[in-house]
Amino acid sequence: MSRTYASIEEIIGDLPAIREVCVSLRETLLANLVMIGEIPAPTFKEEARVDFLLQRFSECGLTNTSSDECGNGLGILPGKTRDRNILLLAHADTVFSERRDHTVSVHTDHIHGPGIADNSLGLAVLATLPTLLEKLGLELDSGLILMGAARSLGRGDLEGTRFFLENNKIPVTAGICVEGVQLGRLSYASAGMLRGEVTCRVPEEYDWIRRGATGAILILNEVINRILSISLPRRPKTSIVLGSVEAGAGFNIIPTEGTLCFEVRSESAEIVQQIALELDDIMEDVASQTGAEVTLDVIARREPAGLPIGHSLVKQTREIMSSLELLPHITPSISELSTLIAHGIPAVTLGITDGERLHEQRETVKIDPIFTGLVQLVAVLLAIDGGFCDESE
Amino acid sequence: MNLNKWIKENTFHHSQFWDIKQLIEEKEKQGLTISLCLPTLNEEKTIGKEIILFKSELMDRYPLLDEIAVIDSGSTDQTREIAAAYGADVYLSADILPQVGEKKGKGENLWKAVYQLKGDIICYVDADIANIHPRFAYGLIAPLLYNKEMKYVKAFYDRPLAFSHGIRPSGGGRVTEILVRPLFSLFFPDLTGLIQPLSGEYAVRREVLEKIPFPIGYGVETSHILDVYKEWGLEAFGQTDLDQRVHRNQETLSLGKMAFGILRAFLARSASMGLDVDMSKLSSIMRQFQAHDENYEQTECEIVEEERPPMITLPEYREKFGRD
Repeated sequence: MSRTYASIEEIIGDLPAIREVCVSLRETLLANLVMIGEIPAPTFKEEARVDFLLQRFSECGLTNTSSDECGNGLGILPGKTRDRNILLLAHADTVFSERRDHTVSVHTDHIHGPGIADNSLGLAVLATLPTLLEKLGLELDSGLILMGAARSLGRGDLEGTRFFLENNKIPVTAGICVEGVQLGRLSYASAGMLRGEVTCRVPEEYDWIRRGATGAILILNEVINRILSISLPRRPKTSIVLGSVEAGAGFNIIPTEGTLCFEVRSESAEIVQQIALELDDIMEDVASQTGAEVTLDVIARREPAGLPIGHSLVKQTREIMSSLELLPHITPSISELSTLIAHGIPAVTLGITDGERLHEQRETVKIDPIFTGLVQLVAVLLAIDGGFCDESE
Repeated sequence: MNLNKWIKENTFHHSQFWDIKQLIEEKEKQGLTISLCLPTLNEEKTIGKEIILFKSELMDRYPLLDEIAVIDSGSTDQTREIAAAYGADVYLSADILPQVGEKKGKGENLWKAVYQLKGDIICYVDADIANIHPRFAYGLIAPLLYNKEMKYVKAFYDRPLAFSHGIRPSGGGRVTEILVRPLFSLFFPDLTGLIQPLSGEYAVRREVLEKIPFPIGYGVETSHILDVYKEWGLEAFGQTDLDQRVHRNQETLSLGKMAFGILRAFLARSASMGLDVDMSKLSSIMRQFQAHDENYEQTECEIVEEERPPMITLPEYREKFGRD
């Protein structure tokens, strides 16, 4: 099949044929998934995974491939016209340390392994896309920029995506962020966010006889209690996630240091700011009450922003999802999407398949729904390329 | 051939063969066909991944392999279903040459593959490798494509997870180091150049496979090495470093049985190799101990190490492959 599309309906009419080609590439996609999944890529150490991605791009005949100084892996499929470019990106890093066993297991209907859903699958889709487009006989008008984004998660704070958008010379018309899970996910807005780390330090000669204030854990506990007592509004939607706590070394050793990682999310920038001020007060208060050193390190911040629900990109994506019998699960994003939107680039985040046990050793993705996810991605790409997602000036 | 010279010239690292397109050119120039054989018995955990990687990388992307076949000993798990679902040709060992009967053992599958598969080169890869990668096949096939005199290329694995000094011990598993290497050192010092003589991964030309017998059990690798050495000499061998191999660890008692089978296969070749051993006087019973509380009891396991004859002696094979 090789054609151009005059309307979104024509694209939708072609989805069964597109699916057939997607299914025919099952082994290619799964092999990419296995090989990518078995390369450890904790944030700041994505190099080997990005090298593999670039090798795949070269093997697919992409002439313009490179990694930039921030560690992003980039491949460009030139379009027929020079003025439009679509950015397709998937973050290359995972939450797993390189010391973790990264063996991937393949079964008839699912694959499991650490990071397989978040986001080895997203990266495998990028690695497979040039082959898929070639097999579909599709030559896009727009140039396609494929990017494995480095330094996205946690302390990476989207550094790779930000670096690319701040330094690249190619104009980007629209963007699609690819996440392994969940199929049906549709993000077109980013939430306001503040990501922070609280560190408590007590001097080693701390008086262990003083009841109720012994060691860093109890001080951290006090910080947690105080954070939990911050009143959160129902509207605009706001939440505080206490993500991890680390402190202590054994049964009878008084811990001198402890850390708490948390994230505040809200649809309102004002509320994020208000909570930030409250957090500062809490730190100061607990420090003065206990005599310990309590510091708050803000690791990342995002301003809420997004496309309106009536934006053509959102409408056409919903239309395509509906034709694939996918119920859009609309969720605000705090990842790469927010950087694209902050740069004025209309973008959405899409999930590829169903998965479970996210961020566990046996993180799992289902195989069959992947093809629906791929069809959805190709269709949205075609819709953007055809200009059906453009907003009139 | 001088052993040091052989080690220098016939030992490779898989990274030397990264250019698979060049391998395919060489294969086409020589008009060769290549088969990959995965012998299996209850390998549902790893077989899917192996087939996906080999099929995608060495058939669909780079057509180095002409067929991928699973020869199964009668798995009771999902091995055959998974293998077929991912596009391998799946055969039950018992269905191949049914007129010669069925024997249980990995060697039986390897032997029947010689009849069933069509390749001029057959590459055998165990199906229980957790860190499978296309190099496990192309790293072994490549030396055969680039060296016409080479006939039998074995894998070895050498990249410890962590090692702090410049020199590190390099070698095979426990059975290799405490049985096979001492035996080779005593009787066939040339063969000590093989770093892992018992590795389950090797690529071999059909002209060799059809002319050597196959012990059906533990002794198959050892007997192959002795038979190929006797007929074609040390220069027929190559070996490739495939870095690291992650697989199941075997218990010591299982290794004891393996060692027994290997010894029988070795001794069975003694007369033809110029050593004087009367096999009829040797026991076929391997005795081991197990303890229940304070009581020790001896277990007996009969390991006969039956052998299948060279495939070329079968009329069915000569007819199928047009050998006069």
